[in-house]
Amino acid sequence: MAERERSHTRGRIFVPRTQVLSAADLHRALVRMAHEIAERNSGLDGVVLVGLQTGGVPLARSIAETLREAEDADVPTGTLDVAFYRDDIGLRPVLPEAVTEIPCELTGKAVVLVDDVLFTGRTVRAALHALSDFGRARTVQLAVMVDRGHRELPIRPDYVGKNLPTRRDEMVDVSEDGVTIGTLQ
Amino acid sequence: MTHLLSVSDLGRDGIEEVLRVAEAFAEVGTRPIRKVPTLRGKAIATLFFEDSTRTRLSFETAAKRLSADVLSFSVGASSVKKGESVRDTVETIEAMGMDALVVRHASAGVPVQVSRWVRRCKVVNGGDGWHEHPTQALLDCFTVRQVRGQIEGLRVLVVGDVLHSRVARSQVLAYHALGASVTLVAPGSLLPASLEGWPVEVGDDLDAELPKADVVSLLRLQAERGSGAFVPTLREYTARFGLTARRAQLLDPDAVVTHPGPMVRGVEIASDVADLPQAVVTRQVTNGVAVRMAVLFLLLGGAA
Amino acid sequence: MSRPLVLRGGEVLDACGRRRADVVVAGGVVRAVGPDVAREAPSRAQVLDAGGCVVAPGLVDLHAHLREPGREEAETVETGARSAALGGYTAVVAMPNTEPPVDCAAVAQEVLRLGARALVEVAVAGTITVGREGERLAPMGELAALGVRIFTDDGAGVQDGALMRRALDYARGLGVTLAQHCEDAALAAGGAMHEGACSSRLGLPGAPAAAEETMVARDIALARLTGARLHFLHLSTAGSVELVRRAKSEGLSVTAEAAPHHLVLTDAACAGYDPTFKVSPPLRTEVDVECLRAGLADGVIDAIATDHAPHAPEAKDLPFDEAPPGMLGLETALPVVLSFLGLELALDRMSWRPARIAGLAPRQGGPVVEGAAANLCVIDPAATWTVDPARLASRSRNTPFAGWTFTGRNRHTIVAGEAVVVDAEAQR
Repeated sequence: MAERERSHTRGRIFVPRTQVLSAADLHRALVRMAHEIAERNSGLDGVVLVGLQTGGVPLARSIAETLREAEDADVPTGTLDVAFYRDDIGLRPVLPEAVTEIPCELTGKAVVLVDDVLFTGRTVRAALHALSDFGRARTVQLAVMVDRGHRELPIRPDYVGKNLPTRRDEMVDVSEDGVTIGTLQ
Repeated sequence: MTHLLSVSDLGRDGIEEVLRVAEAFAEVGTRPIRKVPTLRGKAIATLFFEDSTRTRLSFETAAKRLSADVLSFSVGASSVKKGESVRDTVETIEAMGMDALVVRHASAGVPVQVSRWVRRCKVVNGGDGWHEHPTQALLDCFTVRQVRGQIEGLRVLVVGDVLHSRVARSQVLAYHALGASVTLVAPGSLLPASLEGWPVEVGDDLDAELPKADVVSLLRLQAERGSGAFVPTLREYTARFGLTARRAQLLDPDAVVTHPGPMVRGVEIASDVADLPQAVVTRQVTNGVAVRMAVLFLLLGGAA
Repeated sequence: MSRPLVLRGGEVLDACGRRRADVVVAGGVVRAVGPDVAREAPSRAQVLDAGGCVVAPGLVDLHAHLREPGREEAETVETGARSAALGGYTAVVAMPNTEPPVDCAAVAQEVLRLGARALVEVAVAGTITVGREGERLAPMGELAALGVRIFTDDGAGVQDGALMRRALDYARGLGVTLAQHCEDAALAAGGAMHEGACSSRLGLPGAPAAAEETMVARDIALARLTGARLHFLHLSTAGSVELVRRAKSEGLSVTAEAAPHHLVLTDAACAGYDPTFKVSPPLRTEVDVECLRAGLADGVIDAIATDHAPHAPEAKDLPFDEAPPGMLGLETALPVVLSFLGLELALDRMSWRPARIAGLAPRQGGPVVEGAAANLCVIDPAATWTVDPARLASRSRNTPFAGWTFTGRNRHTIVAGEAVVVDAEAQR
């Protein structure tokens, strides 16, 4: 999401202000979320991880990696680009950023959507719409590294790395080095 | 992108953007539900003043997979037969609230003229006279890139009726922009009067050119446009410029053979050659939908 | 009879040279010409300011399509003549490709009747063949008896060499001039523009320069064979200029004209597929423009003729290859020509020489002297003017010069002693 926000504001750059999670913090949060996913679903049968392009994809892979080590489970992991489902097409530049690759039919599965930052909820809405075109999942859950508030739709996460109160005009950047809060200038 | 009238409107970056976006739409075509809500509420008219079932179906499929509303106009059932001018037709259709017009006309330049007549519609050239057929060239490049990985550095042969071919003009621009080298192989009577400014070589011996080619683009001999009169006989044309079974043996195994369709088996391509693994004709058709989705999306949804 | 006129404060420029002089006009003729003759004018005379201007014999257009009868939505004799007067013309030759064409006395008389009420003198050209069909000779004798001096199938050339030869032989005895639109129909078939780099890139069918040149060459041979007078309409290629140059050096009685648009525009103008730039013969290349200008300067091209070809907007708003060829010319010709040619040479090629070819001299294009017919234009060489198609007097709008700004423009026009244009405004 942070990536996408940046691409919407061409010509401006992200200026970091405060690091709120270190790389180690981020890793600990991921491990915790992985365990929560296994716990909440009573195991990993039928669980599919889907990372949202582009920020959610490395997180989904890390969660899958953690689950492989901790639970000895091979959780199918896919990617989803929601550009074609966005509700702001024509309002601002929207381009697909990367491929969509759903590893299996989703009907009857427990799909965990993974993204880096939950903000207005519009990306998740688009993702829910997109997912429905791949089959009727039994349940869809949402895992985000940062929930920064300012929701515009009735969407809430099931797994959160960190709740982070922000101002609307701030930006949150999630990378393997941690989580940083800053502004666009 | 304001309109897509010529491949030259895109430039290398523009072509690459279309191809990149088309990748995403190609994936959509493999889903259980091959439709996305992207252009919901947009209306696209296909204005075909010249018959072309396949191009029209491809554009309309693309528009429908984007959830746009499609209005299909063809001359056969229209007021043009009652003497209405193209301009009046365009203004009428636009007034119905269209967001994009796909225009096909037997006269070169009509989409350019239409782009001057519309108020807010985007115009897509669906093939105009001998001028251009940009989406065909884009889907050819997409298909070749899919097979060969990249276009840069490839040697492309364009064989046949270049004079009357809108496909050839768009291909030359597109392949050249993407870094391929293009050689035209045609009888002199089917080459344009002047190739000044065309980034091409010209060869006249297909046998000598074929082994060097990475891509062979066969053009249709447009007999219905009188192209038959430009060569002594179809037999002689096939003997000199047809991709016969014998000539197919000269092809590199990794070469890609494209054809814009409809194929005239036995003239520019031998029947069994059309079914060789190097021939990617059906793949071109499949990719055509994705490329046209990309074009419509970039025109109507890509940017504010 | 119109009021006497005084053209005061200008310089007179005619075939005899240039001098500071006022001109007094009364009763349709020039009464006095001299540096200080204004006071000789009757007190009721209309005084037209010519300060800073050149008073010259009116321009004569060898080639105007006035479209009447048959295409009155595009132009009429009245509106075409008004355009001509505004452009500085005092006489035009009306081309015969009307509907019906001027291939018999009745149609010629109709155009002459309409012309008699027009703002400028309207001479009528007749067709060479009946219906311009290129099959049978039109009654040239009958038409010549009505005063027709030029015959042409303009819009198309006479394709049949034997028929053209017969026409030339026949015309010789009548003392008239045949004017050929040189275009081999088979070579030019389908051609919507000049065949070359531009047409090849645009995918438009082209007409090669050879389509014009083969007929120029054939007709030169026929002129040699028959000894008849032959005029070449709107030459457009370097090759044509060379052919005519050789024919003239041989002493053949041939003349040639070029159109203003062929002297400033090239086929590159067709790049936007705007049918305004479609014309027959088509706009050619830079090289052709250079050779035409050179031929104009050294006299191989005798005259600049407008090929004024009005088409109603709906007729031009078609796909490029379906639109009819032709451009407006009468109101813009002089400014266009002055953009690359000196005033004296321009007047030679636009007034006195075409007047002789049309058989209208010295009434038209003659020296501005006492007793001469008062057909005059007053040109302001310093006036600047931007072409606005909506403000042209023609019924049509198909000028290729929309938005161009020119320096040098006609200010007043006097036809048979009447001031028909004053300060660039038509008086009726």
